[in-house]
Amino acid sequence: MSNAVSALQGAAFSDGIAEVRELGLRGMITLRGDLSDKKLIKAVKAVAGAMPEQRKIALKGDAGAAWMSLDELLLMVPHSDALGTVETLNSALNGTHFLAANVSDARAVFEVSGPYARDVMAKLAPVDFAPDAFEMGMFRRSRMAQVPAAFWMSDEDAFRVVCFRSVGEYMFDLLSVAAQTGSEVDVF
Amino acid sequence: MSTRLKTGGRFTDGGAQLSFDFNGKKLKGVEGDTLASALLANDQMMVGRSFKYHRPRGIVASGGEEPNALFNMGGTDDFEPNQRATVTELFDGLKITSQNHWPSLEFDIGAINKHLSRFLPAGFYYKMFIHPRPLWKHVYEPFIRQSAGLGKAPRAQDRDPDTYEHFYHFTDVMVVGGGVAGLQAAYAAALTGVKVLLVEQTAHWGGRAPVDGGEVDGLPVGNYVDNLVAELSAMDNVTMRTRMMGAGVYDHGYVLGYERLRDHQPAEIGPRHRLWRIRAAQIVTATGAIERPLSFAGNDVPGVMLAGAVRDYAVNFGVSIGDRTVVVTNNDDAYRTAITLKGLGLDVPCIIDARAGGGGALAEDAKALGIRVENGKAIAKVKGTKRVTGVSLCVQAGEGAELEEIACDAVAMSGGWSPVVHLWSHCGGKLIWDEQQSHFRPDAERPPMGATGEGFVSVAGSANGHLQLAELIGDAHGAGLAAGRAAGGNAAKATIPEGAPTSENPVEPVWLMPQGAGIKLRSKTWLDYQNDVKVSDVQLAAQEGFESVEHAKRYTTLGMATDQGKLSNINGLAVLSDALGQPIPQTGTTTFRPPYTPISMGAIGGEARGKVFQPLRKTPLYEWSDTHGSDWEPVGAWRRPFAYLQPGESVHDAVNREVKNTRENLGLLDASTLGKLIVKGPDAGKFLDMLYTNMMSTLKVGKCRYGLMCSENGFLIDDGVVARLDEETFLCHTTTGGADTIHGHMEEWLQTEWWDWNVYVANVTEQFAQIAVVGPNARKVLEKLGGMDVSKEALAFMEWADGTIGGFDARVFRISFSGELSYEIAVPASQGLAFWEALIEAGEEFGAMPYGTETLHILRAEKGFIMIGDETDGTVIPQDLNLHWALSKKKEDYLGKRAHQRSHMADTDRWKLVGLETVDKSVLPDGAYAVEEGVNANGQRNMFGRVTSTYYSANLERGIAMGLVKNGPDRMGEVIEFPKTDGTIIKAKIVDPVIYDPEGAKQNV
Amino acid sequence: MLILECPCCGVTGEETEFHAGGEAHLKRHSVGSTDDQFEEYLFMRENPRGVHLERWRHNNGCGKWFHAARCTMTLEVFGTYPAQTYEPPQEIKDAISAKRPGWSWRNFS
Repeated sequence: MSNAVSALQGAAFSDGIAEVRELGLRGMITLRGDLSDKKLIKAVKAVAGAMPEQRKIALKGDAGAAWMSLDELLLMVPHSDALGTVETLNSALNGTHFLAANVSDARAVFEVSGPYARDVMAKLAPVDFAPDAFEMGMFRRSRMAQVPAAFWMSDEDAFRVVCFRSVGEYMFDLLSVAAQTGSEVDVF
Repeated sequence: MSTRLKTGGRFTDGGAQLSFDFNGKKLKGVEGDTLASALLANDQMMVGRSFKYHRPRGIVASGGEEPNALFNMGGTDDFEPNQRATVTELFDGLKITSQNHWPSLEFDIGAINKHLSRFLPAGFYYKMFIHPRPLWKHVYEPFIRQSAGLGKAPRAQDRDPDTYEHFYHFTDVMVVGGGVAGLQAAYAAALTGVKVLLVEQTAHWGGRAPVDGGEVDGLPVGNYVDNLVAELSAMDNVTMRTRMMGAGVYDHGYVLGYERLRDHQPAEIGPRHRLWRIRAAQIVTATGAIERPLSFAGNDVPGVMLAGAVRDYAVNFGVSIGDRTVVVTNNDDAYRTAITLKGLGLDVPCIIDARAGGGGALAEDAKALGIRVENGKAIAKVKGTKRVTGVSLCVQAGEGAELEEIACDAVAMSGGWSPVVHLWSHCGGKLIWDEQQSHFRPDAERPPMGATGEGFVSVAGSANGHLQLAELIGDAHGAGLAAGRAAGGNAAKATIPEGAPTSENPVEPVWLMPQGAGIKLRSKTWLDYQNDVKVSDVQLAAQEGFESVEHAKRYTTLGMATDQGKLSNINGLAVLSDALGQPIPQTGTTTFRPPYTPISMGAIGGEARGKVFQPLRKTPLYEWSDTHGSDWEPVGAWRRPFAYLQPGESVHDAVNREVKNTRENLGLLDASTLGKLIVKGPDAGKFLDMLYTNMMSTLKVGKCRYGLMCSENGFLIDDGVVARLDEETFLCHTTTGGADTIHGHMEEWLQTEWWDWNVYVANVTEQFAQIAVVGPNARKVLEKLGGMDVSKEALAFMEWADGTIGGFDARVFRISFSGELSYEIAVPASQGLAFWEALIEAGEEFGAMPYGTETLHILRAEKGFIMIGDETDGTVIPQDLNLHWALSKKKEDYLGKRAHQRSHMADTDRWKLVGLETVDKSVLPDGAYAVEEGVNANGQRNMFGRVTSTYYSANLERGIAMGLVKNGPDRMGEVIEFPKTDGTIIKAKIVDPVIYDPEGAKQNV
Repeated sequence: MLILECPCCGVTGEETEFHAGGEAHLKRHSVGSTDDQFEEYLFMRENPRGVHLERWRHNNGCGKWFHAARCTMTLEVFGTYPAQTYEPPQEIKDAISAKRPGWSWRNFS
């Protein structure tokens, strides 16, 4: 649908120590199943390009797969492909015990970028963001201030943050406050 | 008088001149000053009045332990009370006023209290204000409240303009304290290769060592410190922070660090304070030691100061406290003050040493400078009121008979040094009494225990009881190495630094001066300056039976002021021990609790203020509703429209309009917040049969069924409509509040009890915008939009179908919570707004209007539908709500089934759901109780029912209500009484709860 | 504030990522049980000063339930293990025994 809109319609904040941007609609699929099942691995590779290891994210172009839990992945595809991907999975995994659900619209996705992106993240999540502790390829579910969130690095100086759509505005405001001018921590 | 010396100071040399405002007076200071040093440079010795007796009080200390120099700081929005002058760095334009006096600091009416002091003994308030009882509320309490507290509270209308933030930090070793010991410990730890965080609460590295002097590795200690700082700064694995206090140590290596970023430069942009939430594998506390005052009469007169502080002001800021300073001591360290002052050309008329044997090498140095030293002597009392004018010399072993009066304008006192054990103690580190040094120090054998059961805190330097540079430098080095290794570091090789040995005579405990001081002197001898507690008060407490140190503390308020007794605790418990005739370790200490010194509320709140105070959950229709008159109602973290107000309309009128319009035409409701859980798998039906009280496994694909959920102990926890999507897949709707909790409930049972059942659950609540299209015209608007057959034949009541409506991908449920023809339509959240607007536009000719949660409630109450949270409160079972039909008799088991068999659950006297019709058509108050004759065991009227839902029904033009009433269904037609809080009574008739369309004809068309 | 390691995803996180869930290894009694059995199952809980086996959920994380063996006195954590078990695994028992010889908890020791 051309009239489909994300929670914040691409809001951005760039007057601080890092840039904060809502990335618009992303295709996301919750896939629950036996992650060691060959059929499932094959299906995941087919739609997302790669199968992630524990606590990792495997990215391939616009697509990717993140390890959410022992029996759960978050598959990322272009927004317009999400429903089709669910159908693809449903037929590929037919006969096994699994659940594939389109959750694209239940999420909001942000990017925090710039030399102080780590500082901004470390103000909000109880996670070690030191360069030797949090690296490209890692995927972490935790909380940011008062809401659940998941995040990973999309570049050397950039983080992607996913939260529920309903708290998208809170997350954007939160990241913007944490990125306010003059708030560099300078430890990383 | 106190004044700025021409000799300059370590911190102020080369500093620009600054001006600040004290009680409306313009005063000058220098960049590098603290507020305290600047006040002293301006001869502002008196800085406040004490809490109880309003006695004049001067600056006593030079650090965070300062009890007296507390100020109101700032103007309106930035106003803050109780700011300590000794830790406030001066900046241009700083504005302060002194506290606790009226009308002025110099002339204070409250000072009359000091003449009443013998009528204000320890426990005065407890004794005085207990009788007569009725006077407490209207006379005593208002009076005490008015006089209590030190600073003024900020005004309610003012808003703090500053911002604050948190920061999560992870390190292997954290060293608290940037004195020479902390620097050395950090350096040694860093050599092992681990990550080190070193924090110092002041703006300067080095602590006391550069003031006190001495040599390490052949270098003056000041130079040694500079070298250490330079080396640490160059190490990649070391993070160093000044103006950051280790505020508290908590379980499993959690430390709070309080960083003050803008207090000294308020014009800079950025957060004012940052609260670091640190996890450290090992913590080294190098927090130094605090000098104790001596207990002699008049030890609170302005001009009496700790000897170390006198030295600090002279060396660091070039400020002298007086022209003639008498030094009084029980240890050698205070001689350094005398020698320093003499070296600056100031007069030291006498060093009064309470020890009969006097001091060691430093005493010889002092004598060589021509300073008079009196061993075995004491101060009987200090002369002067607003300023010291002299001291009366006496024998320490005697009762205070004056030998001579020594004229002076300052007294530098030292009662020995107490290690700062706070951070060691916060998380359970134990202390031992060091007999030789007369202080408590950490017991290395009993450290705080961490997650692995090993100690995670160690101590370095004077905080560990090593008061001599020669000892403490090696101790700190060892502590740093050990911490580094314990945190996973290498076995680093490093030469142990050597401090030049000094020869000092041991301290002698002097808890009262002179030893035999009579009551007259003792009642002028202060222990706690801020809370006005004297030696005589503690002795009285002991005499009255307050033998536990914790009880004596609360009775006398010793150590309970904002300084938390940093100067007074040890002296106080020594006096208590003496009064009880027991050794000090037997008395013990009070509990050390974080934070070490007060931290700002702003820092604790962090970023959580204003728009990010708490998360607000918003549906895709939030903005539309907000611009269309929504009167918002909080529903958990969600905001839902209570009603949509048209211009000029009251909430009441809007609700009545929405109710009538929905019954007569067409209403649209944003139902997106309803929980939506997908339950899938071969065992999904079996699983839902356990979760719901009714049978779900028999539900046909394409059909919907209303279900109830109980907890294991039988109480109703949620309800909602379940739709079967395919053979293996169900969609369970929950209440708005239940979405997350029921999802968690399902996961809990699947993961912890039935882990061998093949079921997956996914929470897709926010994937969809769900809109209820309700009213006689509901079908018309959907047919107009077109795309799928929504006729009765194609989509009967309690069926669902996928399709498109007006071009939108939609899942349509024929379910009704209103009793009207109703469709609930789910579309992807990203298309929710567009779909809603399409409905509004297409519905215009059918009278479409949005409605809010109040209308939803009224419509369901007219139908007698229950609402989780209104009719249920965690003690209500389905049987109470006449929902027996929803309790499967075929199922062997379901959550709550066994609990329903318990005797109380089957009791025929339980309160049960009925409708309530007021005799006068008024609206019953929510939660009102039905009463009958007699009283219960607590003397309350006997109650037999209560109102659970109550509304004004515009359709019926009267109040409608539901309630739970004892044997209610058997009492139809009976009129019962509900007293209101104003004493009047409303009468209501017990009726059937289903008022509107009991046959269900309206919804089934 | 505790630190726990989630045995399901392997994350070591602070307590704010987790949710405490009371006593572990309860045996469910339902239809057919006596009133005493049912009361025991619903309400009777251990409250030891020492070793405790308890449930936690990694709610701000992978969402999984797990068990922890912890000392309620010192807050020492002896180990965590997945919830799909009727008794603590031998290595957890051994870890507790190493630190608290002679411990017992309900019918485990």
